[in-house]
Amino acid sequence: MDPQTLSFLGLPALAWIAVLPLCGATINLLLGKRLSKSTVTFIAVGTVAAACVLSGVMVFWGLFQHGVDATGNMSPKALWEGEGITQVAWKWIEVGSFKADLAFHLDSLSAVMILIITFVGTWIHIYSVGYMAQDKGYSRYFGYLNLFTGAMLILVLAASLPVMFIGWEGVGLCSFLLIGFWYENDAYAYAGRKAFVVNRIGDFAFLLGTFLLFWAVKSLDFQDIKSLANGAKYATTAWGPNGSQVWGHERLAAAAGICLFIGACGKSAQLPLYIWLPDAMAGPTPVSALIHAATMVTAGIYMVCRLSFLYSVSTTAMIVISTVGLLTALVAAFIAFAQTDLKKVLAYSTVSQLGFMFVAAGTGHYAAAVFHLGTHAFFKACLFLGAGSVMHGMEHGGSKTPGDITTMGGLKKHMPVTRATFMISCLAIAGIFPFAGFFSKDAILGGAWSVAGAGAPPGWPPFYGYLLWGGLLVAALGTAFYMWRLYFLVFSGNERSEEAKHAHESPPSMLSALVVLAFFAVVIGFLGVPELEALHKIPHAFHALETWLAPSITHVWWVDAGIKPEMGHEPSDVVSIVLMVVALGIGSLGIGLAWMLYGRGPSPTVAKLVEGPLHGAWVASKNKLWVDEFYDATIIRPFKAACKGLFEIVDRFVIDTIAVNGAAFVVSLFGRLARWFQNGQVQRYLVGVVVGAAAVFFVTDCHRHPAVTVTLKNDQLHLHAEPGAGIVGSNAKLHWHLDGVPACDGDKTLPGEPADRDIRRGDATGSSIALCIDDAISHTMTPVTVRVPTEETP
Amino acid sequence: MNDVLFNVGYGHFLVLAAVLFLIGMVGVLLRRNAMIILMSVELMLNAANMTLLTFSRMWGDVGALSAHTFALIVIGVAAAEAAVGLAIVVAVFRGRRSVDVDKLNALRH
Repeated sequence: MDPQTLSFLGLPALAWIAVLPLCGATINLLLGKRLSKSTVTFIAVGTVAAACVLSGVMVFWGLFQHGVDATGNMSPKALWEGEGITQVAWKWIEVGSFKADLAFHLDSLSAVMILIITFVGTWIHIYSVGYMAQDKGYSRYFGYLNLFTGAMLILVLAASLPVMFIGWEGVGLCSFLLIGFWYENDAYAYAGRKAFVVNRIGDFAFLLGTFLLFWAVKSLDFQDIKSLANGAKYATTAWGPNGSQVWGHERLAAAAGICLFIGACGKSAQLPLYIWLPDAMAGPTPVSALIHAATMVTAGIYMVCRLSFLYSVSTTAMIVISTVGLLTALVAAFIAFAQTDLKKVLAYSTVSQLGFMFVAAGTGHYAAAVFHLGTHAFFKACLFLGAGSVMHGMEHGGSKTPGDITTMGGLKKHMPVTRATFMISCLAIAGIFPFAGFFSKDAILGGAWSVAGAGAPPGWPPFYGYLLWGGLLVAALGTAFYMWRLYFLVFSGNERSEEAKHAHESPPSMLSALVVLAFFAVVIGFLGVPELEALHKIPHAFHALETWLAPSITHVWWVDAGIKPEMGHEPSDVVSIVLMVVALGIGSLGIGLAWMLYGRGPSPTVAKLVEGPLHGAWVASKNKLWVDEFYDATIIRPFKAACKGLFEIVDRFVIDTIAVNGAAFVVSLFGRLARWFQNGQVQRYLVGVVVGAAAVFFVTDCHRHPAVTVTLKNDQLHLHAEPGAGIVGSNAKLHWHLDGVPACDGDKTLPGEPADRDIRRGDATGSSIALCIDDAISHTMTPVTVRVPTEETP
Repeated sequence: MNDVLFNVGYGHFLVLAAVLFLIGMVGVLLRRNAMIILMSVELMLNAANMTLLTFSRMWGDVGALSAHTFALIVIGVAAAEAAVGLAIVVAVFRGRRSVDVDKLNALRH
């Protein structure tokens, strides 16, 4: 079996990975209401689990096969070390030079993604079985969830930008559907709309970037763009149309890259488009877990990593990405400090962690970005599902505001499993050894350090790496602090409400997912142990991720002169270890601070600080830095006002009044005219006949003048006049008069005879001669002046 | 002036025919009594006959007599038309006690 051509029922195996959940979605959305709950569950969980198994087969079997070239020789490299597997499902668009196949591409990067998506997705599905058991929209929920997974799989498996855009829009749609899942609640429906609209802004920029790339490269296939961007061909050829120099490749890559990155900002919730993500908490909690861990928000990171060959060309785009990432990490961490809603804290935490990933991508450490994406997927999914479990318990305890952490406390007695998994995930996100977050965050911090000073890539300020590193360190401190504040407020101390006392542990389907995800939150980090000299003795599997990702990611900076420096210079062992210790210290410091202030419930110091020196900061954090209010005042209100103006002027006046009512008025006017005419009286109709006949006579001009032709040949004028065919004119007598003054004397022709006369041109006085017409009926003479031609008639 | 009044030519006949035709046409268009309308139609037919004869004379169509033949046919058809028309008018009058054409609108709707 050749993995490159493996297909079932005429559809390639890679397509099946995405199609399986889509099939589940189709069945559940169309027939779900008629199916029993267990059938719905079986279809939903089954299709995603099957996609997971198929992904596993394609990755762990398919990518390890060796390709066969045209001559039948076995390639020495496994598929994952080369170009990966590309399968075309069918031809989609072919217009002129533009060609887009519905093609899927599996290489080491998309392999990581599909494993995360299907694996975490499967566990979120299983968890949802327990969480949504009582909901009346059970089948609709699972239909959407499957659709979400399928769309995300299309996104990551896409072999070209247009196909990626299908998935890109698909996850946008599903986020809208799932965030507004409980649409009876206005606020929830609004949150869904907000997510959709904000994403739309990003999607617009994504499309602009796509168009720009197509304009320059004439193809949107990743491999085509890559072959142009990578290698010698790229270094010497500008990317203008027909090889013109209009856009130097750095500028083009920067423009296209930044446009696409704005799209990523929308999906991956970066400044300034992150505002939808905290509101996305309106959806059911497993959806939040899915959005935050496996789908949607990882799309932007994945896209940037997928296009690493494009970004490696432009330091401008890279600086933009890392700056936006850093600012987002800091701002979101700051806002998370004072939130009192369990899921809101986690949401801002996600925004902040995504900022970390973008810094990693922006400094060229795509592997670190994907690494953090993977570890984050596990511990953040675990955190969200844990939060769901807590809220589930609080609801059963009778709480009406199950997400309010001020009413919790002491839950470790009531929910031991949830608490244990939550703690593991909190340790992971705080970056404590040996949990997953430690390794991935360390890879990002090390990456930021490696572009500082002498390692600065071409065009980067040398200090910028230090700035990124320092900023991330502050964000990491904040992360550890707010996550552990959350943990202590929820699980430690005494119960602060009656409901908390009656909370109880969740059902096994929910707990099983928590345990599995927590297990991976512990061990997954060991896929990316840093490559230190001292650690070379450990098995290679511990550095597996970076090696694995290397073939699908561009590791060098491409600059105009064709210089290809490695991205960042790896710090020495000593520096690495110092960096790790610093990061570990920062994480522990954050946890320690949180324990001091919240270890046994909110301590009096907290109240003192909030009232005293930190009051301003606390209010700002509590109000989310007034970003929503700012957007409302600067964008939404002016936009609404403009819409209202346009509505009044264009819609109400131009379209309604002038176009629609105007047309109706004209029609009714003619109608009234016709009604007067069509009155059934034969005499009214006769008027029409008479008027019509008169018009015909008028137009055809009965009293036609004679036809006159004057030709000039060899200086001889030939005058010819013939009586017209009209009733009167045809019987006229004619006479040519040459004296210049029109007078009708002399011989006339007989009635109806033509008049001919030849003269020398000089004999015509002045420039005109006259024709006299003797009307046979009225016997009056009508002189007609005829112009004499000045040029010879051919 | 004398020339126009007493030197009678084709023009005079044509003008007379046009005047007769106009009178007939106005009668057909404006009168309401079906009888009068029929009479006006007769007037128009005869005006047409007059132009036919005038033009025949103008073109020197003396021997062929085609216009005269035509005029005779028109007179014949006019007689037939008058007979049928009058019969209809009488029939309508019997049914409705009126020959006002404004009231003869049963086919309007």
